[in-house]
Amino acid sequence: MEESLKIQLAIIGTLASLLASAPAAAQSAVDEIAKYRQQLQDGNPAELWEARGEGLWRQSRGPKNVSLENCDLGKGPGVVKGAYAELPRYFADADRVMDLETRLAHCMVTLQGIRFEDATKRPFGNGSNRSDFEALAAWITAESKGVAMNVSLSHPKEQEAYRIGEKMFYFRGGPHDFACATCHAETGKRIRLQDLPNLTEKAGAQTAYTTWPAYRVSQGELRTFQWRLNDCFRQQRFPELKFTSEGSIALTTFLARNANGAKFNAPAIKR
Amino acid sequence: MKTKIHFLTAVAVFGAAAAGCASMSDEEAAQRALAVMKASFNERGQARLDRLSQDEAQKLCSVPPSTVLPKETIQQLEKANLASIRYPADGKLLGDWKSGERIAQTGTGMQFSDNPKLPSGANCYACHQLSKAEISFGTIGPSLYNYGKLRGMSEPIQRYTYGKIYNAQAFTACSNMPRFGHNRILTEQQMKDLTALLLDPNSPVNK
Repeated sequence: MEESLKIQLAIIGTLASLLASAPAAAQSAVDEIAKYRQQLQDGNPAELWEARGEGLWRQSRGPKNVSLENCDLGKGPGVVKGAYAELPRYFADADRVMDLETRLAHCMVTLQGIRFEDATKRPFGNGSNRSDFEALAAWITAESKGVAMNVSLSHPKEQEAYRIGEKMFYFRGGPHDFACATCHAETGKRIRLQDLPNLTEKAGAQTAYTTWPAYRVSQGELRTFQWRLNDCFRQQRFPELKFTSEGSIALTTFLARNANGAKFNAPAIKR
Repeated sequence: MKTKIHFLTAVAVFGAAAAGCASMSDEEAAQRALAVMKASFNERGQARLDRLSQDEAQKLCSVPPSTVLPKETIQQLEKANLASIRYPADGKLLGDWKSGERIAQTGTGMQFSDNPKLPSGANCYACHQLSKAEISFGTIGPSLYNYGKLRGMSEPIQRYTYGKIYNAQAFTACSNMPRFGHNRILTEQQMKDLTALLLDPNSPVNK
């Protein structure tokens, strides 16, 4: 683990010096970055989050002092295997569509008796201030590795979430007129040297969606899909997307559904 | 008239069924999405909720890029955006290209995580190639390498370049490029400096 982190840092160093040397052509830099990404796959620190997440799932907590083991992620109480590949989905007991993080918060409230505000105080971790959601999501999503994405639109509220998410995707606003679509509606584009997935096409949506959550080397943190959306909107110059908000779930529904059929492949590791 | 209504109903029903939701028209979906968004964001730092209030251009351009807008709509959008351009009172459009290069490299400004007291960057390199030395450039916009060398520095070219930075949608409706002057992202001096970066023969863009 420590060894692989050292290797990663060494690669980042090499990459930085390569980018700094002016005569190097852009193409060779792109090739080097592809190589760097491939080398990253050898050791993924996401495993640390997964282990902690499994512990949190089984640990008795909250005023009711019970674990999350009876939480119904959509496939029945306690069924974790393959659950993430079918989220977001409509939950009859809450009468609304929920993504993983929203469902976890719901279980913390209903099963463990924790207040929603307390449960969702730290959606994203920062160093020693760790987020339970990132750990739980790491473990639960890993239990869907290799499972084909299968997000249903059979319930009217799932259909509505998809339609709203689609509208949000194309919604231009803020001082820069940016929408999700500004960067993610054309194939083969880059921002600086970063490849941008075309999320309006099946292949692009599949590759992108099935590789979140991800361990971000540049941040040293495991990041969930809620984080991904939150940080995209920050860069779009929008206000802050509320954790587990209806809009965040709708946009996730739109993107997850577009990835249907692809094998889920996260937690991944990204630069 | 009656036939027309029947036809429209048929189109609406078919469209809704194709989208998998028989109860919401496109306009209803847009209104519902806006209501959901207004409840799904928190004001943070300089990013207030009024950033979700769209102007006419933002509203009309919130469509997939493959959408073909009616010719009259495009003309009307470009005309309105063109009318918004304010050229510098001193008549000078060329600033300092060295400062322009720094502005082109800077990606911060107006995010809720940014210090509102600092000037915004233009982040040109995020989407455009500019100088040969900077290999970390994006491809959302066209390459601007040798922009000035290919076009010269005549007054109409200077005015077009400054105007394009001020409000790109005056020339291309629904362009992806931010309207830097129109939306007060950059100051007049910053836009002059960027115009110089593109046109000055000594700028690395034209080397």
